[in-house]
Amino acid sequence: MATGIANQRSEAAQTGGQLSTFFAADLFFGVDVLRVQEVLRFQQMTHVPQAPEVIEGLINLRGQIVTAIDLRRRLRLPPRAGNQTPTNMVVRTDDGAVSLLVDEIGDVLDVDTASYERPPDNLDPAAREIISGVYKLKDRLLLVLDTERTVDIAAVV
Amino acid sequence: MQDQDVIREFLVESHENLSRLDQELVELEKRPQDAALLASVFRTIHTIKGTCGFFAFSTLEKITHEAETLLSQLRDGKRKLTPSLITLILETVDATRKVLASIETSGEEGADRFEEITERLRRAAQSPAAVESLRETGTAPAPQAGSQGENCSPENSEASKSEDGAMKPYAAADANIRVAVGLLDKLMDLVGELVLTRNQILQFNTEREDVALNATSQRLNLITTELQEGVMKTRMQPIGMVWNKLPRVVRDMAVALEKEIRLEMDGADTELDRTIIEAIKDPLVHLVRNACDHGIETPDVRARAGKPPQGRLSLRAYHEGGQVNIEIGDDGAGIDVGRVKQKAIEHGLLRSEQAEKMSDREALNLIFLPGFSTAQAVTNVSGRGVGMDVVKSNIERIGGVVDVFSRLGEGSTVKLKIPLTLAIIPGLVINSGGERFVIPQVSLLELIRLEGGATEKHIEKVQGTPVYRRRGSLLPVAYLNEVLGLKSAQQAEAVSMVVLQAEDRQFGLIVDGINDTQEIVVKPLGKQLKGLTVYAGATIMGDGRVALILDVLGIGQSAGVLSESREQGRAAVQQKLQAGNEQQRLLLFRAGSFERLAVPLSLVARLEEFPQSSIEHAGGGQVVQYRNRILPLVPLRNVLEPEASGRDEAPDAVQVIVFNDGDRSVGVMVDQILDVAEELVTIRQKASRKGLLGSGVVGKRVTDFLDLNQIIQSAAGAWSQSATGSASGKTVLIAEASTFSRGLIRSRLDMAGYRVLEAANLDEAMRRMEQQPVDAVVAALDLPPSGASALSAAMRGHIEWERVPILALDGSADRVRSSGVVAAGFEDCQAKFDGEAMLESVERMVLANARSEAAPVRAGEER
Repeated sequence: MATGIANQRSEAAQTGGQLSTFFAADLFFGVDVLRVQEVLRFQQMTHVPQAPEVIEGLINLRGQIVTAIDLRRRLRLPPRAGNQTPTNMVVRTDDGAVSLLVDEIGDVLDVDTASYERPPDNLDPAAREIISGVYKLKDRLLLVLDTERTVDIAAVV
Repeated sequence: MQDQDVIREFLVESHENLSRLDQELVELEKRPQDAALLASVFRTIHTIKGTCGFFAFSTLEKITHEAETLLSQLRDGKRKLTPSLITLILETVDATRKVLASIETSGEEGADRFEEITERLRRAAQSPAAVESLRETGTAPAPQAGSQGENCSPENSEASKSEDGAMKPYAAADANIRVAVGLLDKLMDLVGELVLTRNQILQFNTEREDVALNATSQRLNLITTELQEGVMKTRMQPIGMVWNKLPRVVRDMAVALEKEIRLEMDGADTELDRTIIEAIKDPLVHLVRNACDHGIETPDVRARAGKPPQGRLSLRAYHEGGQVNIEIGDDGAGIDVGRVKQKAIEHGLLRSEQAEKMSDREALNLIFLPGFSTAQAVTNVSGRGVGMDVVKSNIERIGGVVDVFSRLGEGSTVKLKIPLTLAIIPGLVINSGGERFVIPQVSLLELIRLEGGATEKHIEKVQGTPVYRRRGSLLPVAYLNEVLGLKSAQQAEAVSMVVLQAEDRQFGLIVDGINDTQEIVVKPLGKQLKGLTVYAGATIMGDGRVALILDVLGIGQSAGVLSESREQGRAAVQQKLQAGNEQQRLLLFRAGSFERLAVPLSLVARLEEFPQSSIEHAGGGQVVQYRNRILPLVPLRNVLEPEASGRDEAPDAVQVIVFNDGDRSVGVMVDQILDVAEELVTIRQKASRKGLLGSGVVGKRVTDFLDLNQIIQSAAGAWSQSATGSASGKTVLIAEASTFSRGLIRSRLDMAGYRVLEAANLDEAMRRMEQQPVDAVVAALDLPPSGASALSAAMRGHIEWERVPILALDGSADRVRSSGVVAAGFEDCQAKFDGEAMLESVERMVLANARSEAAPVRAGEER
């Protein structure tokens, strides 16, 4: 069922619509705007010993306990500079809210289906697994993140 | 079982259905072609008919049956819906209401059979032509018109309906409303939030000294607690909901296995949270099937064993100490421990030398191992070796405990202990490696503080594995920071060890610090963290941050302290049973800087208040004249805090707890009497201060237990030669019907340092002894049902107990002796109310028995 919904979503992304964008390292990402619950500045986190390393910790989101996943580590990107605090982008998934730690939040963009393409085959496997496609924008590439697969870290461990 | 309840449910449901029918019929009149609407009307009538048939309400069934026939024709399009038909159906609805009202008030359908309307319905269904002729009959004054004006013309049908509603209060329908489960769950979540917010406010409150805030937060605290209880109650369902389907299961099993089984159910109204009801459904069915299949024998086997051909399967549910106990018992063959061991060896679950060393209790627990089945043949009902382990893991998943008791040839009982709810639990907050964690209180046995620098002094190594000597037995130890891979804390002055119980085994967990206990709201972890067995969930603490809840079993397994240490099992079981007996009434009070002190209420003779002016000085101490005697007084705060005795400001009145021992009395002066608590003391910590026995948690707060002997000796030097000595650690069972006498004897033995078990009759006494070995028995001669000699006879016929000495008690010791009952298996006998002599006698018996255990052969000769 989970993959069903995920497919539907990525289809939605393919057919254009609005994407909420953000940055991680030098990459530019977008997720379906309807998937984004809210954006929070960096929160105090409770470290979870023995958890997979992509999990940064747990945050208290108005009484709800939300797992925070570091997107850089998820994509095997180099770690953030020491003085850079990440931002929580809380996304809705089949398994409840999950927070993705990203570097910076961008605008919400309208994308055109015509510029959509499958992810290139030479992408890093860790990235290809969770990137469902690419929009060729005028000045740069917008990578579409598959949130369901991003938060499914069983595959990583 | 509970017909009344079921009928009530039926009434509520039917009233709802009928109200809907009214609306739908009126709608239908406007839109006669609406097939979906018609189908819904048909279904509603059909439902009522079906339920009537179930309860054998024949009038109602007849009416609704005819209406259904008519409606089915309409639904199938065989005929057209006309206003007169609608009227007829509305009349049917009214008639149905009347019968329901009669059922509600008298429990019966009433004399009116409503034959006229039934007949009209039948005629309408038979011939479409009859419909028009119906019109006349329909508009004529209805013969069954009773208290309410029955007006049946189509234009007035709505008016008649509203009149109905206004005039007739439907008690059953009004007293209950149906609420979606989702809404209740949502409410529960919100209450959870409120509890967390309350905790935050309380913490905030302790940090500042604002009177208004203090008062408000106290109120908030109270209200939240009540709200929490209230909402919890709305989610409660009687366990009967699950039991309802068991009679059928048992019947089918009995037929299939050609057995005769009588099912007894007791406590079906015991309530549990609905999530828990869900969770225990399958395990319960499994256990019942198991009992039918493996437990109860076929009638011919039973007859050969001298038992009645009909087997008894009993289900019992009751509340105890904040938990629900469910017992599934049978009077069948019981579990053959020998065969269990043999099977375990065959299946490679056990080595034969292990089996030899294993006690019966431990062996019984083997049935919970995965892949175990003693059934000779695999039947279609059970014996496939998947089952008991699943039952155990299911029950443990919800924080419950499974225990099995069995006696070969007499039957077995499986006992489930289940928490009332899962959502909010008490937990202990601890620190390790700079992080905060919560340990669920249910798995907590005790807290031990290891003082004096190096922990190495306390923690010894056996082949590199750390162990701790705890009251003579070795406890495997794990370091939480190592288990979780956290950085170790700096070498502290003292470290704390939390003794935990996982399944039936115990281990110590070294943590950096212990904070406090709190009601916590258990929140699940995201699926990304589900794989981590060391956590049971997470919660939000008073400061708004998240803390992880440790899964004790997972921690134990991860640390490797739970692998093969089956030896601990027995000790653990005993510990549990002792804990069960340690529920006693405690008097709580305050003295000096000790905010919460406790003594067992059974030791307290009276509580008194003396004016300061009445206190006199005699013999170097304070005394007061009390009941024509001189009562020596012990100022408790001076004893506990000799260093602080200077700032003693005398209040106008002095609170005194009076203790009696025989002829002597002593009064202990305290600052304030707080409360009486009846509670299981779960956590204890040995005290380092003189005058205290130790600390425990009473009423969710840490409380110091007074060492009465020491207090009184140190202060008055007067009392108590009945000190501990031989008594310590010995267990005495009191078998006596009268609660009063039992209390008297208990307080005596308590004071002398014995561990005391109580039983009110023969059965209970035997049960107590099965659960826990005793060193001596004190039995009243008139013990129900047939006197103490029956107890003696039962014990002498049993290897484990034949050496346990019995002291008989009677109003007159002389009579006992002369009648020669001593010869009938009693060690000694004493007058019931001669406490001194009783104590002496018990002491003698216990000593003699201890010696005889050391030299068993000679002891046998002596006896």
